[in-house]
Amino acid sequence: MKRKRRQAWLSVLFLAPSLSGVFVFMILPFVDVVRRSFLDAMGKTFMGTDNYGLVWKNEAFRLASRNTLHFLMTAIPLLFVLSLVLSLLVYRAGKGRRIFKTSLVLPMVIPAAAVVLVWKIFLCMDGILNQVLSGISGEIQNVDWVHGETAFSVLVVTYLWKNIGYDMLLWLAGLSAIPESLYDAARVDGAGGLAQIWYITLPCLQKTMGLVVILSIVNSFRVYREAYLLAGSYPDQTIYMIPHLFGHWFLTLDVQKMSTAAVLLVLAALAAAAVFELLLYGRNKERSR
Amino acid sequence: MPDVFRKIKGSKRGNACIRTAFLSFACLSVWLPLILMVSASFMPKDELLWRYLSPMGIGMAPVRASLIPSYPTMEAFAELLFRSPGFFVMFWNSCIQVFPMLFGQFLVGVPAAWAFARFEFPGKKGLFLFYILLMVLPFQVTQVSNYLVLDRLGLLNSHLSLILPGIWSAFPVFIMTRSFEAVPKTLLEAAYLDGAGEGQAFFLVGIPAGSPGIVTALTLSFIDGWNALEQPMAYLKDRSLWPLSLYLPDIVQDKASVAFAAGIVMMMPPVLLYLNGEGELEQGVAASGVKE
Repeated sequence: MKRKRRQAWLSVLFLAPSLSGVFVFMILPFVDVVRRSFLDAMGKTFMGTDNYGLVWKNEAFRLASRNTLHFLMTAIPLLFVLSLVLSLLVYRAGKGRRIFKTSLVLPMVIPAAAVVLVWKIFLCMDGILNQVLSGISGEIQNVDWVHGETAFSVLVVTYLWKNIGYDMLLWLAGLSAIPESLYDAARVDGAGGLAQIWYITLPCLQKTMGLVVILSIVNSFRVYREAYLLAGSYPDQTIYMIPHLFGHWFLTLDVQKMSTAAVLLVLAALAAAAVFELLLYGRNKERSR
Repeated sequence: MPDVFRKIKGSKRGNACIRTAFLSFACLSVWLPLILMVSASFMPKDELLWRYLSPMGIGMAPVRASLIPSYPTMEAFAELLFRSPGFFVMFWNSCIQVFPMLFGQFLVGVPAAWAFARFEFPGKKGLFLFYILLMVLPFQVTQVSNYLVLDRLGLLNSHLSLILPGIWSAFPVFIMTRSFEAVPKTLLEAAYLDGAGEGQAFFLVGIPAGSPGIVTALTLSFIDGWNALEQPMAYLKDRSLWPLSLYLPDIVQDKASVAFAAGIVMMMPPVLLYLNGEGELEQGVAASGVKE
């Protein structure tokens, strides 16, 4: 009991530096942001929920939210599956495992600004991709990959390229925690490779799955860097996302619109977190039974 | 079900071949762009203009890609390092903005992570969820809040406008917490039995045992800070304060021939850091991935 009290005091001491900064730089100003979302542009008159109505009906906001959601729903499942497949392959690759691992993680540390130069070599009108395609069939027209409808796919691919290594490391950590004896037992029972993956590997990786999803989301918003560097601040409609929108509002210092949208996004994130937690909690409860 | 799986199972050797082929293809997608880039950084100006006019945004001409330069030269690097003072200033700015931030993250984040990982206190789970939420929110959401504070404190358009909010980023706290949680309980109990107080346990057992997690968190923060684009674009009006990450996006056309060399110099610190600390980074990520 005494130790518990002591620990509570100590944790206050240990957390104080972190919490005080979070309070000054996040919480306090966010309260101000919430306040401003109910005021007019001058920050004087109370507007009720007028700002929310305006932002909700705003074409750009709708487009950006839709595209962001579309991107998350496309890129994260793809990353999830592909990185898992790669990690399984790397885990079982005897020789050369080191090289494969190092190579696949490398894109994570390469600055977007540097690698975008090479993407342009591949993707521009006179670039390698178009040359290869017209080499296969002379009838294919050159495509401006970055500025047309294909921009979305380009962005998804760059996201996968950059983040697959990190997620692979997470999966590998999960994989190495699975005792080899489980596989041996399965082999004795006559289970093949795929059966082992389905009945042993995947169930054992459940804890890693949550972490992979969270960190994939964290990294997904950084794809704005690639989007901006490839296509500028006014990209194709299909990749106009929340960061672009905020960038434009920020230029005109449209504080009450940004505040309102920020509050809406935090609410959306909270809702998503609640669903996520519910799914995870529900499953844990089921398992403990 | 298992019967179906058993039928699909091919020969062992064949499987290994397919695996290696697939992995090699994946690695090729990493190496090909890098080789193209390194090769371009050693090309003289004329060759670059002949090969990569369109990607450099100067004109239109078919790309003539090459994995090795025809006339290798260090011209671009020399131009960049000796005749581009602007580049040096930006490199230095990046250092000024990133390293104090990392130091701050260490001072603030390590004890907080220790508290989350090792102490019991009311509201711990909720507070940690709040940190996760902060971590997941995109920069743009906190941008407004940050802007308001920085404006109030008169810090806009200064190095501190990037350093201070960065110090309280929730991401390193999260990674370090996971890694402290992975420190074996028996290790700590042994320390308590030997008469160590909570402080000694933290400094003498916790920090050394959790060091892969600390290194990982700070390495990832470094990579992110080195690449920062949104923050400096939003908070720094004064070009003399801009970090290296804004050099390439803002490169002028008559300097375009050094772009590839600049890219190589820019990626050197994070790449070397990664190759140097690869083992610890993997351990750290592993610790964040598995809870005991």
